[in-house]
Amino acid sequence: MDLIKGYAYILGDDISTDDIIPSHTLTMRDSNDMVKHTLEFLDPHFSKNVDRGNIIFAGENFGTGSSREEAVHVFKLLGIKAVVARSFARIYFRNLINNGIPAISLKWNLNQFVKEDVIEISLLKGLIINKSQNITLDFEKIPEFLMDILENDGVINQLKKIL
Amino acid sequence: MSYTIAEKVLKEHSNLKEISPGQFVDCDIDMIMVHEQLGGRIHLEYDKLGIDYIWDPDKVFFILDHWVPPPTISSAQMHQDARKFAEKYKITHNYGYQQDKGICHQVLPEMGFARPGMLIVGSDSHTTTYGAFNCLSTGIGATDVSVVFATGKLWFKVPESIKINLHGHFEKGIMAKDFILSLIGDISTKGALYKSLEFHGDGAKNLSIDSRMTITNMVVEAGAKFGIFLPDDRLKEWLAKRTSKQYRNVVPDEKAEYQQELSYELSEITPTVAKPSNPGNIAKVEEVEGTEIDQAFLGSCTNGRIEDLRIAAKILEGNKIHPKVRMIVTPASKEIYLQALKEGLLEIFLRANAIVTNSTCGACIGGHLGVLGPNEVCISSTNRNFKGRMGDPTSEIYLASPATVAASAINGSIKDPRGVI
Repeated sequence: MDLIKGYAYILGDDISTDDIIPSHTLTMRDSNDMVKHTLEFLDPHFSKNVDRGNIIFAGENFGTGSSREEAVHVFKLLGIKAVVARSFARIYFRNLINNGIPAISLKWNLNQFVKEDVIEISLLKGLIINKSQNITLDFEKIPEFLMDILENDGVINQLKKIL
Repeated sequence: MSYTIAEKVLKEHSNLKEISPGQFVDCDIDMIMVHEQLGGRIHLEYDKLGIDYIWDPDKVFFILDHWVPPPTISSAQMHQDARKFAEKYKITHNYGYQQDKGICHQVLPEMGFARPGMLIVGSDSHTTTYGAFNCLSTGIGATDVSVVFATGKLWFKVPESIKINLHGHFEKGIMAKDFILSLIGDISTKGALYKSLEFHGDGAKNLSIDSRMTITNMVVEAGAKFGIFLPDDRLKEWLAKRTSKQYRNVVPDEKAEYQQELSYELSEITPTVAKPSNPGNIAKVEEVEGTEIDQAFLGSCTNGRIEDLRIAAKILEGNKIHPKVRMIVTPASKEIYLQALKEGLLEIFLRANAIVTNSTCGACIGGHLGVLGPNEVCISSTNRNFKGRMGDPTSEIYLASPATVAASAINGSIKDPRGVI
């Protein structure tokens, strides 16, 4: 896993797991029903338009709140390719990596990024290229042992190999 | 080398000779708590592994608490899936059937499963609560639970620690909730991200176990990985009633290094709230006094303990709740429920026209027994006030202490409890 290509979707600070997937959906037995509610309180059309916004750019403390892994699972089902944030809530960070979605911490300001900007990310080089805005930003590379989880598309696949 | 409590416990559980902040370590887990998530994502993830065992069924604590008793068919089915898993893998501590015990973070310590020096993880972000018992505990997601179920191990990044020195006593009507909300306001919701908070000082010793649990419960709202109290006689006494198991107290080394140090005079803490819709949106009660409420909720893993019910009952005794307000009281466990019954607190609530429910997470997560409708306002003793947390996305939640909740319930609008106690 190295090169990731997609379109930017912009969110602010302190986006909670309640924002990503509200608790009223948590007892739904079919994940396909649940995904329709992803980010519904912030953007009711998010799941429908996800192909034009499949790389998330957010501010501080992304994924704050509950440990509910549904908040990552719905991203996985919707084909979210990476989440880039100034900082992550720790459980959410682990859940992203464990589900094979790169979680990238970025120290730079993302003010110039606009929804649907064309994005390329190189995980191995530690670079984010915003092709629409002609901006290149660097980030601290993901540690090797977490990259290994991503290469396996999640910790469950990785674990299966060693059990 | 000198170590903080978090460093000591992680060092011991990773069998390393030395350890330092920022390092990734593989640790042996002493106990893992799971609730409805077992019937949500955990069993689905674990089934993918294709193994027929759990590393140690004696170290798994399973309880259903979020939707108990089930308010919907789908929650009942989720419970069935969770119980099926618990049966299949012969989980020893299985509290999935009777659903009478209460909320995980109250029941697990009541049963003596949280002891000094342990490393505990749970499928719930408020697993940090057990730090009140001088152990390291934190929340994890469903796939991490699966990793622990299969291997008994989990990786951790050794956190930097923040030392928080507490001095003195609270004034009358001020509670641990007012302090932890003030702290979150001071350091922000990202102020302790990935960090361990250690609570020191005579002020920490002066706090009851109930109060310590309120604080460690909500450290996660500042982003913290762990929140830990030092061991003392009060803890020893508490544990003596709960467990005969051996444990080893953990104190930090004198020269342990802290990333930051903060000090608080508890007597300077005043009634505090978190305004909608973020736990970091902190204000003094006087700034929001007069805000009309539709619901007052007293309960949850944050503030459904006996000292919380006692102070609310003291305020409510001989009074009636405002005619346009519904007040819901949810004791955090059956043990607390029975104690409140014995002390006559439940009668006080009922005579004041409050509703008393069984022990559950119900209202706090907008699940059942107190769901908010459009534009309703709730003052709540819980830990999160995110948009839609307790019901409709247009409803609003003010987080406050049990004393402020009770005073506001009588008044019909948010009120400083110091005038009525």
